[in-house]
Amino acid sequence: MDKFLTDILGSEIFAYIIIAILPLVFIVPYALFAVWLERKLSAFMQDRLGPMYTGGWHGWAQTVADILKLIQKEDIVPSAANKILHLIAPFLVFIGSYAAFAAIPFSSEYIGSHLNLGIFFIIAVSSLVVVGLLMAGWASNNKWSLLGAMRAAAQIVSYEIPTALALLAVIMIAGTLNLQEINHMQSGWFWNWFIFAKFPFVFIAFLIYFVASLAEVNRTPFDIPEAESELVAGYHTEYTGMKFAMFFLAEYANMFAVSAIAAAVFLGGWNSPFGDFMSGPIWGVFWFVTKGMFFIVVQMWLRWTLPRTRVDQLMYISWKVLTPWAFVCIFGIGLWIMLQ
Amino acid sequence: MAQTKITRTSDLTFWQKLYIPEIIKGMKITIRQMFLPKFTRQYPEERWNPPASFRGRPVLVEENGKERCVACGLCSRVCPALAIEVQASETELNKERYPVKFEINMLRCIFCGLCEEACPEEAIVMSKEYELTFNNQEEAIFGKDKLLISKENLKERLEFLRQYR
Repeated sequence: MDKFLTDILGSEIFAYIIIAILPLVFIVPYALFAVWLERKLSAFMQDRLGPMYTGGWHGWAQTVADILKLIQKEDIVPSAANKILHLIAPFLVFIGSYAAFAAIPFSSEYIGSHLNLGIFFIIAVSSLVVVGLLMAGWASNNKWSLLGAMRAAAQIVSYEIPTALALLAVIMIAGTLNLQEINHMQSGWFWNWFIFAKFPFVFIAFLIYFVASLAEVNRTPFDIPEAESELVAGYHTEYTGMKFAMFFLAEYANMFAVSAIAAAVFLGGWNSPFGDFMSGPIWGVFWFVTKGMFFIVVQMWLRWTLPRTRVDQLMYISWKVLTPWAFVCIFGIGLWIMLQ
Repeated sequence: MAQTKITRTSDLTFWQKLYIPEIIKGMKITIRQMFLPKFTRQYPEERWNPPASFRGRPVLVEENGKERCVACGLCSRVCPALAIEVQASETELNKERYPVKFEINMLRCIFCGLCEEACPEEAIVMSKEYELTFNNQEEAIFGKDKLLISKENLKERLEFLRQYR
């Protein structure tokens, strides 16, 4: 795709800029849609209707109106806050989650960067989010913010381990860290997807990855960093207007990023589930976004099903359940590969 | 008192300890809930029509263009919130007395319906109206102009009172 763009635009730099901006063009409408979807899903699961007025049909323009309101809002910085860190934090959080999109293959023709270390890069760069969250909590100079940020840091750092180990299980089968190559290996019918390979080890790894990714993006049942009933809003308590919107955007971008990795690594990414039926670069985008959105809907579904875990339960799940079982998966797959 | 059964972690079966089947059970409940009828009423478009037993704002019954009220003052006497003010005067009609001034302060009214129960003439009844908004305190004092409602419009309530009082 970069060659094609270079030919059209006549300059490599413009081509790279366009490739870099494309995921943003996707993320912003996606985030607006996802917020609306979350509100509607939560409402329907609780016997309510949710937004119904803005824009006509089922309040589809509600989030657009919300973002317009947020843009117009006053930007309040607490007088005791560390002004520079307070300003940088939301952007750092967004950069962390946006950088992950560089290595996500949206289609066989489109990937931000042909990295040989695709998954490794994503795992590494999404750790930047932790720095941003800690920065936000510290700079706000507010107890709730700081507590929320500490919890977020503890949670994300501990859950990165089962996430990475679960992905490692698949990488051992694939033999590469390049996401595009991993996707090429899963082409054909859906039984070629890695989730069905080396049953049941990869399936367990998938469950571990999904649970850990929920914690990594601070979704319920692991949303203790922003537990409303205890911490007001956690690390973004002191943020208003567009800075708050940046946190929100980053959260939803992150949700898609982890769903996209789950789709790419375990569910065949941009491959059609039915062999050659509806396959190709354009359909690839369709399948990839569909698979990603499926996981996002499951995340929302879980959010409105489960209560929040306690901090000790959270750490228990990470260190005593997910991490050992991820090691069991790695060991099982390693043994299987060795015996073959 | 009913004995609540305490479930301990050690009592859980293997599948319950795995959590995942239990979570899927919970998800089944939430997805089922999505397709059940919703309780939300789209208020301004879709209004609630209360039953006859509903106690909305109290109104005066108007019969043949005149109020039924004979200004006996019982309602104002019984009103626990002191919301009603009646000033009586004489009239040529059969009933001989009528209220010159009849005011209900809707900021004070507690919708208890005691005025309706006390009234010997069935002249003050509770209507179905529940949408009461004012821009200032003066507006909240309803005079005879706002209180008089013709008998035909209050049929259901009068019927209800005849049946159950």
